[in-house]
Amino acid sequence: MIEIADLSLVDWSRAQFALTAMYHWIFVPLTLGITFIIAFMETLYVKTGKEEWKKITKFWMTLFGINFAIGVATGIILEFEFGTNWSNYSWFVGDIFGAPLAVEGILAFFMESTFIAIMFFGWKKVSKKMHLLATWLTAIGANLSALWILVANGWMQKPVGMVFNPETARNEMQNFWDVLFSPTAIDKWLHATSSGFVLAAIFVIGISAWYILKKREIILAKKSILVAAIFGLLSSVYLIWTGDDSARTIANEQPMKFAAIEGLYNGSEGAGLVAMGVFSSTETDPVNENYKDFNIKIEIPNFLSYMAFLDWNAFVPGVHDLINGNEKYGYMAASEKIERGKIAIQKLKEFKDARKSGNTEAAETMKTEIMSKDFQDNYFKYFGYGYIQNTDDLIPNIPLTFYSFHIMVALGFLFVILFILALLFVIKDSIANKRWFLRFAIISIPLAYVASQAGWIVAEVGRQPWVIQDLMPTMAAVTRINTGAVQTTFWLFAIIFTVLLIAELKIMFRQINIGPKH
Amino acid sequence: MFENLSHLVLQQYWWILIAILGALFVFLTFVQGGQTLIYSIGKTENEKTMLINTLGRKWEFTFTTLVTFGGAFFASFPLFYATSFGGAYWVWFAILIAFVLQAVSYEYRKKPANLLGTKTFEIFLVINGLLGTILVGTAVGTFFNGAQFSLNELNQVDWQTPFRGLEAVLTLHNVALGLTVFFLSRILGLLYFIFTIDNENIVARSKKSLLYNTFPFLVFFLWFVIQLILKEGFAVDPDTGEVFMEKFKYLHNVIQMPLNALILVVGVVGVLWGVISTLFMKSLKGFWFTGAGTVLVVFALFIIAGFNNTAFYPSAYDLQSSLTIQNASSSHFTLTAMSYVSLMIPFVLAYIVYFWRAMNKKKLDEKEITEESHLY
Repeated sequence: MIEIADLSLVDWSRAQFALTAMYHWIFVPLTLGITFIIAFMETLYVKTGKEEWKKITKFWMTLFGINFAIGVATGIILEFEFGTNWSNYSWFVGDIFGAPLAVEGILAFFMESTFIAIMFFGWKKVSKKMHLLATWLTAIGANLSALWILVANGWMQKPVGMVFNPETARNEMQNFWDVLFSPTAIDKWLHATSSGFVLAAIFVIGISAWYILKKREIILAKKSILVAAIFGLLSSVYLIWTGDDSARTIANEQPMKFAAIEGLYNGSEGAGLVAMGVFSSTETDPVNENYKDFNIKIEIPNFLSYMAFLDWNAFVPGVHDLINGNEKYGYMAASEKIERGKIAIQKLKEFKDARKSGNTEAAETMKTEIMSKDFQDNYFKYFGYGYIQNTDDLIPNIPLTFYSFHIMVALGFLFVILFILALLFVIKDSIANKRWFLRFAIISIPLAYVASQAGWIVAEVGRQPWVIQDLMPTMAAVTRINTGAVQTTFWLFAIIFTVLLIAELKIMFRQINIGPKH
Repeated sequence: MFENLSHLVLQQYWWILIAILGALFVFLTFVQGGQTLIYSIGKTENEKTMLINTLGRKWEFTFTTLVTFGGAFFASFPLFYATSFGGAYWVWFAILIAFVLQAVSYEYRKKPANLLGTKTFEIFLVINGLLGTILVGTAVGTFFNGAQFSLNELNQVDWQTPFRGLEAVLTLHNVALGLTVFFLSRILGLLYFIFTIDNENIVARSKKSLLYNTFPFLVFFLWFVIQLILKEGFAVDPDTGEVFMEKFKYLHNVIQMPLNALILVVGVVGVLWGVISTLFMKSLKGFWFTGAGTVLVVFALFIIAGFNNTAFYPSAYDLQSSLTIQNASSSHFTLTAMSYVSLMIPFVLAYIVYFWRAMNKKKLDEKEITEESHLY
């Protein structure tokens, strides 16, 4: 019954999903944020009746349209890849995971696609107020679609509201609200959407800064900076707040990911937060390259304990505590979890065999046992560990997770400064003289994309090897297919997406160069 | 409300919703059909731009319906999602790539510095029109002819051919459905041009082309239907769940579900009436008759595929691995929760219809094309 897929198949399938997700996420955050910025601008147009606000709205709408098209293109692949490349996963949790995707289509995508057509083509076909409503609903639709897919992702990070049914060999939903309002899911939604708001605000400020440097479209640029800076500043404060909240959720629900983002190998009470650090190039543990230590680090004492548990002296487990176990603080050893997972898988196999051979009495007895609270809490909870061969496989790539996290956080704080300065200079009307700031604003655009991608690396690399935390590792979730087929589609998508990205960038740069229509 | 319904009733309710989504998708492939005609109907640059713009304002509906169709299938019949997408890997990716190309082509076609040139993006639209209809139709053909897979005790799929679904094209009956969908989408596309564009040349060429596309459509449609009612079908024993071959199964489904048979007949009449009224009675609104007829016909075919103790996704390799609406569905709880969500569908449809009408109040003409600030 336990079939461990060929590792190269797992790696290629993961690579393909990562490729698609990362390409998709290049375009999504801008859509999430710029639609709101456009909606604010159009509101100002409708309120004041000034044509310049209409011109500004239409200009940013053009750039949004270019970005939106390719976001849609990469998104469709992502949705169907759950089936094409992770079909075992799709059955194992489809009863729960499919629902948010369906709701996303019914409630959010149709809203987005209906109103976006009015947004672009309805200027002369519907009233001013109706058009404004359509713009707002496009923004809300885009962010609602993010809600549902992030609920789905949040559930993978912290599965809740379900029970395992041995008859169907899958997890089944028991409480829809638990799935929807899971703190992990809500944190993810708020943090991811607000990161999109920040990115979009930087996009608008950066391009406007370029116009000012070029001494073009000065009014458009200043007004755009004003709107984007206010939106960006509020969003970035909110982003930091949701990030802080996410950290506590991760510390509680995914302690290995938390240890990875902090590079914490040995847990301690009153653990310090590594504000900056560089990993040693030599391996301190010859068996596992993930067991590295720091060459240099700047640590803030006790801060990690507070961040994780709001207690300056709380114990924060490190990688070693989670792998080897720490009886004092109640952390079970990974080897014990693996044993329990194997028992859960074996019990399921025995149940299936009994059913197959027509031994109804034995099957019913085993079913009762599997469904009992004791078995669910003490064995099934570790089901996924039963697939793990080596405890070291439970450790994610720590340097990648650590660096991504710290880059994301550092840039997040830098962007707060950017927004404050932008707002200050534009209010004092001195922004045109601050050429250093204008250049800084332009450079911030790619940095915002780096931060945004880094955030997803933390979220997804940090939770490896799990596709569903503790219940299913990637190796058990993958579709059984020839590795060559996945390699082919990987390269096919890599080529298609890269060509389309280059086309998108060229079009975008040209449109920026052309500027608004006068 | 829904929680009191039996699991079977919920499964049937969701199959009906899937059938409606599938039917709406095929109707909306007028966009794809229209894309394959941009060169034959649009002889000047302005005419071509008009065609692409009238389609371009609706392309997202087709796209969104496909995505929602996938999501709804995942939520309600996850075993189909896992089996078909994971199994028929190449077919689905071919379809998806065709839609990826479409998604960027409208927006990028006319934009300066678009890297690949206007012509390439137009060809992408043609490719999407061809593959998006023929392959989807062929894939749905396997609902009646079976696919090459087996499932193990954990319901994990093993596909039995290295072609991962592409072997469906070797079954001519599947291809007949693929070509039926293709020519139907072209008919719908032509009727949509006639309905929405104010240009004599485009209307005249569209009418002529309508005639040429109706004949092959009828040939393939009749081929598909006649073979369907004569062939053996994949029946399910309702007591044991055992799947077996039954002679004239689909004919039996037509006869034993008279209301569905009526829907099918009314749908066929609607499709033909839309064409006939346009060709011979100078009607400009044939699009709505053929469109509504398409929705009814496709809906009825889905019901024939899944209702009346029929395996809707049969395995030709291992009969007992075949999927039925009972063994492939979500749990009672999930279907109940999703059924509450489905109550929003009429509201969604209402605002789509309202804004569709608002946007299509005035026909597209050359003046609008020259004045429009956002042009595809």
